[in-house]
Parts: sequence; C-alpha cells; structure tokens
Amino acid sequence: MSKTLFDKVWDSHVVRKIEDGPDVFFIDRHFIHEVTSPVAFLGLKSRGVNVLYPERTFATADHNTPTINQHLPVQDPLSANQLKALEDNANEYGISHWGLGHQKNGIVHVVGPENGITLPGATIVCGDSHTSTHGAFGAIAFGIGTSEVEMVLSTQCIMQPKPKKMRINVNGQLSKGVGPKDVALYIIAQLTTSGGTGYFVEYAGNVFENMTMEGRMTVCNLSIEMGARGGMIAPDQTTFDFLEGRLYAPKGEAWTKAVEYWKTLKTDPDAVFDAELNIRAEDIEPMITYGTNPGMGIGITKHIPNAKEVEGGEETYKKSLAYMGFNEDDVMIGKQIDYVFLGSCTNGRIEDFRAFAEIVKGRKKADNVTAWLVPGSHVVEAQIKEEGILDILTEAGFVLRQPGCSACLAMNDDKVPAGKYAVSTSNRNFEGRQGPGSRTLLASPIMAAAAAVTGKLTDPRELF
Amino acid sequence: MAYDKFNILTSSAVPLPIENVDTDQIIPARFLKATKREGFGDNLFRDWRYNGDDTPKADFVLNNPTYSGKILVGGKNFGSGSSREHAAWAVYDYGFRAVVSSFFADIFKGNCLNIGVLPVQISPEFLENIFKAIEADPKTELEINLPAQTITLLSTGEQESFAINGYKKNNMINGFDDIDYLQNIKEDIKAFADKLPY
Repeated sequence: MSKTLFDKVWDSHVVRKIEDGPDVFFIDRHFIHEVTSPVAFLGLKSRGVNVLYPERTFATADHNTPTINQHLPVQDPLSANQLKALEDNANEYGISHWGLGHQKNGIVHVVGPENGITLPGATIVCGDSHTSTHGAFGAIAFGIGTSEVEMVLSTQCIMQPKPKKMRINVNGQLSKGVGPKDVALYIIAQLTTSGGTGYFVEYAGNVFENMTMEGRMTVCNLSIEMGARGGMIAPDQTTFDFLEGRLYAPKGEAWTKAVEYWKTLKTDPDAVFDAELNIRAEDIEPMITYGTNPGMGIGITKHIPNAKEVEGGEETYKKSLAYMGFNEDDVMIGKQIDYVFLGSCTNGRIEDFRAFAEIVKGRKKADNVTAWLVPGSHVVEAQIKEEGILDILTEAGFVLRQPGCSACLAMNDDKVPAGKYAVSTSNRNFEGRQGPGSRTLLASPIMAAAAAVTGKLTDPRELF
Repeated sequence: MAYDKFNILTSSAVPLPIENVDTDQIIPARFLKATKREGFGDNLFRDWRYNGDDTPKADFVLNNPTYSGKILVGGKNFGSGSSREHAAWAVYDYGFRAVVSSFFADIFKGNCLNIGVLPVQISPEFLENIFKAIEADPKTELEINLPAQTITLLSTGEQESFAINGYKKNNMINGFDDIDYLQNIKEDIKAFADKLPY
C-alpha cells in the first residue's frame, strides 16, 4: 500500500497498537530542558524506576537562562534552582547535559540539529511544542507534556493516537524579501491558529525543495502555530550535506547505509492525504502579525482586517485588537515600535543573523528602539563572529547577547514592558508572551531589521 | 501513578466565552519555575485575574463569586500554544475536573487526559446554549457522565455525546495512567528497540 513520508516513519516506530486506543510509539531521541523535566524526574523517583535508555536523552538549559553575564551565578533563585535540578537529574541518571556555560549549550531546537542528534526517519520529542522544528530533517518530531517526558525517560515510549495527514504544497517563485518565516506566517494566516489541529503536516513543493535547512527548520518550527502537532519535509541532498560530519551523525560505512535508507523517506506518488492545501509562492508578501495569535497575520502593505472579514467570534477579535492598541483598517506600515527581538528556536540561526545584517549594514539602529539580538547557540554565536557579522552589527549600534530562549517567552529578565511594541522573530504573539502587557508583532529577520533601523514598521523591500 | 477516578460529575460551571484561550493565558511562562507540582492553581489565568500589583481584577470571571463549580467552559480552540503540562496542572489545582469547549488544542487535550482532567468536546451550538444558560442562571448545572459519554444541561435536558477512546476512558474511570501500562510491557519495548536503526 502507498504510504506518505509520515506513515513510513510513524509505522516503523509502533511497538503495538491498542484496540480503540493510542499506539505505543517508540521515541529515538528525547530532548529535555530545565522547565518541563523536573516533575518528570520526581515521578521516576516516587515510582522507584530508572531511565531506560539514558543515551537517547539529551539535556540542555535554555528557557530560563540569562543572556548576559552567563559566567556569573544566576541571580533569580527560582531559575537557578531549576537549572541545578536539570544538572543534578542528568548526572544522577547518566544523561548528557549541556548546561549554562557549556560550549554546546543553546536552544534545544538549535543544538539538536547542529550536533547531528536530529536525523531523518527518527522520532523525536521534547517537553516543548516547537520540537516540530526537527521535522525539517524528515523526522517525526513533536512537543509533549511532562507526564509524557516521564514516560519517555522510563520506557522510551509514549502513547499517541496516529494523527491525520495534511500536505501543504507551495510552488512557484518567492519574490525578493520573502523568506521562510513569511511562508510559514502566510500558511498560518490561511489555516488559522487551529486549522491544523489533529493533523501532521508534510510540506512539499519546489519552494521547500529550494530552501536551506535553516529555512526548513523555521517553517517546521511554526507548524504548531496552526495547531498541527508537527510538520516534516522529505530529506534530500540539502539535508544530507547539512548533517554529514556532525557530532552524532553516522560516520563511514554507517553514513553510506543511512543515506541509502534516508533516500527512501519520501511520500509515494499515489499516497493519499486527509487534507491538502496548495499555495502559490507569488501570493506571499513579507508578513507581519497584528493580533494576539500567530494566525492574525497579513502582508506588510495590507490593512488590519475588519471584524466581519475574519473567521471566529467578533468579541474575541475586538478584545485582541484592543490589547494591541490597534483598530480595524489600520495601515501597518509606519506604526511606531519600541523593541526588536532577533532570536528564538524559530529564527536564531546563522542564516537569520546574516539576513538581519544585510539590512542593517551601513545603517544605524534607531534611537527609540531597544534591540535584543540573541543567537540560538554558542555555535551560532561563534559563526556570527567568524563571518564578520558582529562587526556589521556593532557598527550599526547593536549589541550581541548570549544564547538562550530569551524574550521569546520572557522567563528570564528579557521582558518587554507593558504596552510596548516589539517586532519579534519568535513564534508567539499571545497576550503577555514577551512580558506582562507586552505587544508582539511577529515577523522575519529582515522585517525586524527594517524596524530596528527605522524605528517603525517598514517594508523591508525598500531597504535593499 | 494513579489519579482521581472520574465517573459522573454534576456541577455548576465557570464560563469563559473567549476563543483561542492559549496556554500563556492559562499560566504565564514566568510561573513555570517550580521544580514540584504544587500551587499552580494560584496562578491560573494570572494576567486576566490579577492586576500588575496583584490586586484582583473585579471583572474577571474567577473573581466573581457568582460563578463556581468543577467545570470550566471555554470558547473554541481552548488550550492552544505551548506543551506546558503546567496549564493542565493549573486547571486541576484550581479545582476543575472537566473542561468543556467546541474545540481543543491537541497537546493541551492530551495533557488533561494524562492528569485526570476530562476534556469534553461538544458542538458550537450546544456550547452557545450552555453559555446562555449559565448567563441566565449561574447556578445551572451540567452533568458529565463518562461511562455513558454524555453531557447534559440539567435545566433543559439538552444532551450530547462526546468522544473519547476506550483505552483513555477506562483509564479515567479507574484512575490508571499510561506509565503503569508502559512499565508492564518494557520487555516488548526493549526487543523492539534492538531492531531499530537508531
């Protein structure tokens, strides 16, 4: 029977099927961080069970870590306690731990691929919804709750009903200034924040085939923002080139064998999806969000829609615009902004910093803007320096911070103050996401760069 | 680890007729710093419930003594966003045992089922009627019958069935959890793992 890419990977990991219930689903790789794992370890202790395969779990600290002065003790006692708990648990159970200050430390969804832990055909979970990022490699990757973290630690399995399958095809030629983030925000705007719920997505079409791995990770990362559990892209030469030689990637003969297998990981021509969406690349503009969920996005030249034009309740929509301090029919271009955040598991990779630098090169940061530029990992940070990007940023009046999740969810001190507007390359514009009362506008790195140097929302295409 | 058994729940309900209630509203990230599962109910809907100076916002439903009960009724796409199980813990810790909506986000729904909070998905029309009934009489009661898989608005008798797979239903009725199941098939899991490429 014909199978999709998703079927092939899923079906090969089902330990058993439970009648009128979920599948017992085997997990190849498990990432943990300091926020969603401590209670899972407590559970292990109270049950008196061990970690079944410690070598399949990888710990890194990211959500709670400061992005300046990482060599100093963490000031917030609660954060310090969580970081310590991660370290202690990793040591106790023999799990590799890339804590604060470790040269491999960084955002879990950046360091996983960077070190070749993420591989095509693998099943990957983490107590973080943006685990969908790893789907860029043709892996099945998704976020889980803490109870499931405990299941994976103790049995390397979780219990999941198999999701339905959706394919999103984007074909054609993207116009200049339109990148992976815009493609993803456009798709989410089409599907709404719940349109993908119950599905696992495969992204297909020449736009994704021509995308770099960084771009594919940005797209897959945002799958959860339309409600989908995850998204994946069939592995190809771009994938293999990215992975070859990385720390945990297979080597020598094992590599050759792996690539042979990975080449079979594609959807059969006559395989059937439960839903399919076709998008013309030419229809996509540089995107910006104006509301309080990632589905509330429009092209930068557009007006904020009228309540009657949007799907869903009018009351919820008006509450959202009121929170943002916007009105129906407002023009986005020219709106004053206060903060710019470049970083996160969505857009904290080297390519994102290259794109940002391309715009700010030879320009100056606007005086009214506070900018937080946060690399996704120490590896990205080093590359920024090596490639001379840091010089461009410094010349333009920007400061580079140290790696972490930072202002994406504002668990550390990187909080946008109440009422202030932040153009963010992160993934969520929920109320208070970047600090109580903060107002987030999601966008691509070049849109963020354009806002950073002009102090207001600006069509980045005007700055090329 | 066993959790509360769920059989038939009859209770008044707290209405939250807002769509796309995300997990950052249910429990903001800055309250995720605990290393134990304790006290999350205090911060349930923190920023809708309290002002910046920690005084209660009078107009938020949880601060209105008129509304109470073990059932939370929310608008469409309840629980979207992050995978933080803390959101489900907060709902539970506050005292809710069931959440009713016309649509749930996947991870939140799974997290609820894993800790003994029953997500009950009903039609948009029935949801609307429930909101209206609670508005007319805040003491109006809902009956959620898990064995029969029905939810009834007791004041009018209006009833709908809801879906839940047989395995999870049995778990909830008996207070079983998945880890106990998985622990019991560990040998099968190991044999399976030995055959995988990585």
